[in-house]
Amino acid sequence: MPLILNEEQEMLQDAAKGFLAEKAPVSAFRTVRDNKPADGFCRQLWTEMAQMGWAGIIVDETHGGSGFGYVGAGVLAEEMGRNLTASPFFSTSVLGATAIQKYGTEKQKDENLAAISGGETLFALAVDEGPRHKPDHIAFSAEPAGNGFILSGTKTFVADGHVADKLIIAARTSGDEGDTAGITLFLVDANAPEITRVHTPMVDSRNAADIAVEGLEVTGDDILGELDGGYAALEGILSAGRAVLSAEMSGSAQQVFDVTTDYLKEREQFGQKIGSFQGLQHRAAQLATEIEMMKSAVLKSLKDLDQDFDNAGMTCCLAKAKTGQVAQLATKEAIQMHGGIGVTDEYDVGLYFKRVHVAQQMFGDAGFHSDRWARNSGY
Amino acid sequence: MSDLDKFRAEVRTWLDENCPEEMRDGDITPENQCWGGRQWEFQSEAQKIWFERALAQGYTVPTWPKEYGGAGLSAEEAKILDEERQAINARKPLSNFGISMLGPALLAYGTHEQKAQHLTAIARGEIRWCQGYSEPGAGSDLASLKAKCEDKGDHWLINGQKIWTSNADISDWIFCLVRTDFEAPKHQGITFILIDMASEGISVKPIVLISGHSPFCETFFDDVKVPKSYGDNNPSVVGEINRGWDVAKNLLVHERGMLGTMSPLRGTTGPESLGKFAAEKIGLDATGRLDDPALRQRIAQAELDNWAYDLTVARMTDEANAGNGLGAKSSMLKYVASELTKCGTELRMDIEGTTAATIGEDGIEYGSLANNWLYNRAYSILGGTTEVQFNIISKRVLDLPSQ
Repeated sequence: MPLILNEEQEMLQDAAKGFLAEKAPVSAFRTVRDNKPADGFCRQLWTEMAQMGWAGIIVDETHGGSGFGYVGAGVLAEEMGRNLTASPFFSTSVLGATAIQKYGTEKQKDENLAAISGGETLFALAVDEGPRHKPDHIAFSAEPAGNGFILSGTKTFVADGHVADKLIIAARTSGDEGDTAGITLFLVDANAPEITRVHTPMVDSRNAADIAVEGLEVTGDDILGELDGGYAALEGILSAGRAVLSAEMSGSAQQVFDVTTDYLKEREQFGQKIGSFQGLQHRAAQLATEIEMMKSAVLKSLKDLDQDFDNAGMTCCLAKAKTGQVAQLATKEAIQMHGGIGVTDEYDVGLYFKRVHVAQQMFGDAGFHSDRWARNSGY
Repeated sequence: MSDLDKFRAEVRTWLDENCPEEMRDGDITPENQCWGGRQWEFQSEAQKIWFERALAQGYTVPTWPKEYGGAGLSAEEAKILDEERQAINARKPLSNFGISMLGPALLAYGTHEQKAQHLTAIARGEIRWCQGYSEPGAGSDLASLKAKCEDKGDHWLINGQKIWTSNADISDWIFCLVRTDFEAPKHQGITFILIDMASEGISVKPIVLISGHSPFCETFFDDVKVPKSYGDNNPSVVGEINRGWDVAKNLLVHERGMLGTMSPLRGTTGPESLGKFAAEKIGLDATGRLDDPALRQRIAQAELDNWAYDLTVARMTDEANAGNGLGAKSSMLKYVASELTKCGTELRMDIEGTTAATIGEDGIEYGSLANNWLYNRAYSILGGTTEVQFNIISKRVLDLPSQ
C-alpha cells in the first residue's frame, strides 16, 4: 500500500478545504470563542458537516456512514486543524464511532451508528481521572449489584463532555488502580440524574467537562466490549483518537508554518526581508524537515488503522509522539519568528499555540508516548 | 494477473534460481560489497557467480537502458525487483559510485557514445569511479573550486588538487569538476570532465581521519593531459563547457538521494533494537524500564525519529513514483539520515560506556564501534554539510528570499 492518498481521498481533501474555507475559517472559531455559546460550537455547522457525510466518516455505509475509514477521518481532521474548526467531530465521529463500531454489540451498533452518522447523537469518552493522561490508572468504580453495577466516581478533561448525549466511561470492575485487567467500558445516558457535568473552559477555547457520577445503576447490556477486559477496547479507541488527533495537530502545524514562511517573505527589517537571514532560514528549514517526518508518521498510523486496526497501536503512538513535539515546535517558532505581533490576540498564531498545547495533553504527550514505545520495545 | 504481478512472479523465480545462498546474508557493507573495477578481485566464488548472473540479466543496473547494459526496467518494476531481492535478503550484485552517482548524470547529460563507453563499463563492473569535487579551499562553497583546466587545442591541461576523493587510490577513473573560465561568475566557469586515473601527473595520498584509516584521499593533478575526446562524439567533457555546475547539481541530488536511503540509526552493523541492546548491557529497573532514565529517553527518541525517517523515505518514494519528484526535499533526507547515523553510534558508545572507549595497544581497530562512531562525525559534513542542506531547503523548498 503506497504511503500517499488515493484519488478518492484527495477529492475528500479538496472538498474539506473548500467547505471549511467558506463555513468554518479561523474567524468562525474566534466568533465561537468570543460569544461563548453554551454548546461551545456552532450547531448549524455540525448539521452541515453531518450532511456532507463527515459525522459518519468512519462508519460503514450499512449504518448510514460514508465508509472513508481513518485515512478519511484524518484528511478531515487535518483540514480542521488548519482552520481550528470547533465541532464534536473528534469526540463523536472518531471516539464514539470507533467505540461502537469496533467493540459494540449488534444492538449497540443499530442504536447508535446511524445516529452518529446523522449528527444527531453526541458522544464523549471519559477516561482520565487526573491532570496527566494515565489510561491504566482507573479508580472510577463499578460495584456489582444485583444483575448489574453501580457506577460512582469522577472523570476530568472529558472532551465535549458537557454537550454529549452519551458517555463512554472507563470504570474499574475488578483489580486495583494501575491494573490494566479489571477495567470495563460502560455506555451510559449522559443526562441521567446521577451524573453531574461541569463545563471546564480550556485555554484553547474548546470544551471539556469534569464529570461526577454518584450511584448510577447500569446493567450488563450497558457494557461496551468485555467485562474486565475493557482495556483492550480502550486502547483501540485511544489509538484511533491519537491518530486522528495527530492529523489535526499536523494540520495546525502545517498551517502555522505556512503562515510563518509567508511572513518571513514579507516582513522587512534592517532594509531586508527577514526571511533572507540565515538565522531564521535554518530554523525554518529544520522545522520544514520535522514537519515532513511528522506527516509520514501520521499517514502511516491512519493507514494502519484501516488495514489492521488491532495492531496499529504502536504507529499511533509514534504519530502522537512525533506530532506532540513537532506541532509544539511549529507553534512556538511561529510566535517567535513573528516577533511582537505573534503574541497579540489579534494574530492567529497564538490560537494554534494554545490548541496544540491542549491537544498534546490529550491521550498522552510526547513523553508519555516515548515511554510507551520503550516499554513496548522491552526497555 | 496484472503485468506487474506477472513481473513480480518472474523476478521471484529468477532470484530464487540464481542468487547463491551465500549472497543472501542481508545488508551489504563497504567490506563485503562487490565494487568492480580493474583491480577488483571477487571475494568468493558465490560473489562472482551472483555478479555474472545479474549482469547477464541486466540487473547490475536494472533501470538503465538495455543498450548500455541495463535491463530497461521502469521505476515500478525496479521497485519490485528491490522488494523481492530484499525479501530473500540478497545483496546487490554490484554497487559503486559509477552506478549511484555518475550513471544518472550521464543518462541525463551524456551523448550516446559517452553512454556506450562509460555506462556499459560501469554496468559490467569493469571501471570503478571516484568523485573529484571538493578542494582544500572549496568545501561547502564548492562552486569556488580552482582546479585549473586549460584548452591546449587537442587536449585539456589540468593542474590543481582535489580532496575527499573516496577510494581514489583504488579507482580507475575520476569524474571531476574543474575551472575552465576564471573570469566568469563562479558557477558559470565550471566544467564536468571524465579522466582516467592512470593518466600521467595524477598522484593520490590517503587521508588519516580521527577514526584512523579511511577511504578518503587527496588527489593531485600536475600538468595532467586529458584528451578532448575519447572517440567520435565522445568528448571527455560531460554537458557543455563551463556548464558543469548543472551536471554537478543533478548528480548531487543523486548522491543525497543515496545517502538518504541508508538505514541510519542502525547503520550497517548496529543491533536491530538499540533499546534491547541497552537493556542487555545496562539492565532494567523494578518497573521494567531501562535502569538509566536519561539514556532511555534518548534511545526512545532516536528510535521514534528513525521510524519516522524510514516512513518518510517510503512516502517520498511513493510520491516520486506517483509523479511528484523528490527534488530538493532530498536535502531533508540527507540531513536527518546523517544526524541519525551519528546518533546511533553515539548512543552505542554511551550504552557501552568505558568498554567502548577502550581501544587497546594497536589503536582504533578498523570496523570497531569506536571507529564507526568517530567516522560518523563526517556524515553531516560530506555530501554537503547540514548547514548547506538547510540553505538548499530554505531556497528551493521554502522559496525564502536571498540576501
